[in-house]
Amino acid sequence: MVASSLLELIGGTPLVELRRIAPEGRTVYAKLEGQNPTGSIKDRVALAMVEAAQLEPGQELLEPTSGNTGISLALVAKLKGYRLTCVMPANATPERRALLELYGAAIVESPGEEGSNGAVRLAQEIAERDQRFVMLFQYANEANPRAHYEGTGAEIARELPRVDAIVAGLGTGGTLMGAGARVREAFPGALVVAAEPLPGDPVMGLRSLEDGYVPPILDVSALDRKLLVSNAEAAAAARALLEREGLFAGVSSGAVVHVARRIAAELPEGSVVVAILADGGWKYLSADFWRGEEIDEQVLWW
Amino acid sequence: MTVVRVPPVLRSEAGGVREVEADGATVREVMEDLARRLPALGTRVYSDGELQPFVNVYVDGEDVRTRDGLDTPVGDTSTVILLPAMAGGR
Repeated sequence: MVASSLLELIGGTPLVELRRIAPEGRTVYAKLEGQNPTGSIKDRVALAMVEAAQLEPGQELLEPTSGNTGISLALVAKLKGYRLTCVMPANATPERRALLELYGAAIVESPGEEGSNGAVRLAQEIAERDQRFVMLFQYANEANPRAHYEGTGAEIARELPRVDAIVAGLGTGGTLMGAGARVREAFPGALVVAAEPLPGDPVMGLRSLEDGYVPPILDVSALDRKLLVSNAEAAAAARALLEREGLFAGVSSGAVVHVARRIAAELPEGSVVVAILADGGWKYLSADFWRGEEIDEQVLWW
Repeated sequence: MTVVRVPPVLRSEAGGVREVEADGATVREVMEDLARRLPALGTRVYSDGELQPFVNVYVDGEDVRTRDGLDTPVGDTSTVILLPAMAGGR
């Protein structure tokens, strides 16, 4: 394959069968989103959102993010010639910040104790104050699920003759809404299943219930199942993926595989389940879970 | 009796504890029993016969909104988890 730009290499990720960890008589495929150019599924979302924004000269991109979305936006912004500012909590890990800066993004810090809610609030203030900035906001941007409808989901429908369930991590809801809808169109009756992180107490840091947030693009009624996965369960599945399948995936991928095995076991023999693995394990190498230590009080996902 | 796990953000309404007990064969019955035992907590998660929109309720790890909602059965050994709605996907 020869491409004229890294942007052309976004999407079109491979599916691989997980023969060693699938329940007997069922087929589980993993879709390897870690093979996108920056190493995560967010490349699809970043490209779709930036293209939909149709920036005019002088406008700049702004997004509250300390994770994969920021890295993907930084790549897309660089190759399209836009400036990008990421707003992140001051206590985000140094690696995250360094990687964004290496890609050329500007960083604005929000108060660490306010977590990602604080980053969203500050980004909104900046966008209101300064008309230069266009905030893409993946939680409410229709280009996010559309990227998965036209990309992730369409690729699965094209490559596989049968799908009984699709499992993805629940973050913004973009993957589940977009890919789920496309897979259901191709395979009526296919289940759309969310794997959701069970946060440890320190992670929950909300001061009131009203600080909670349901992303506007997420319609929970479009999900057939929504299952909590603890960090311990996610980590065990991530380790099993590496030990038995040779697949080095991130923690959310572990959670997705944990749920995919459970759903596959519940479905009749012959069923086919697709697990969407959002990223590789590289960004989580320093996390203790690879060594099986106590992890339920840490932030590990995304 | 069913164990109901309470998130930090709701613990002040539950007397500071991480877990409470409530009785009922369905989520609706458990919520109504919870509201009788701990009215402050009950009204935060359940009022006018509906779950509050920013609260997720799980029975044995599965969101009741994708099961049978308030009619979802709760077994004697079930664990009910209350969680605030939180987005991920940074």
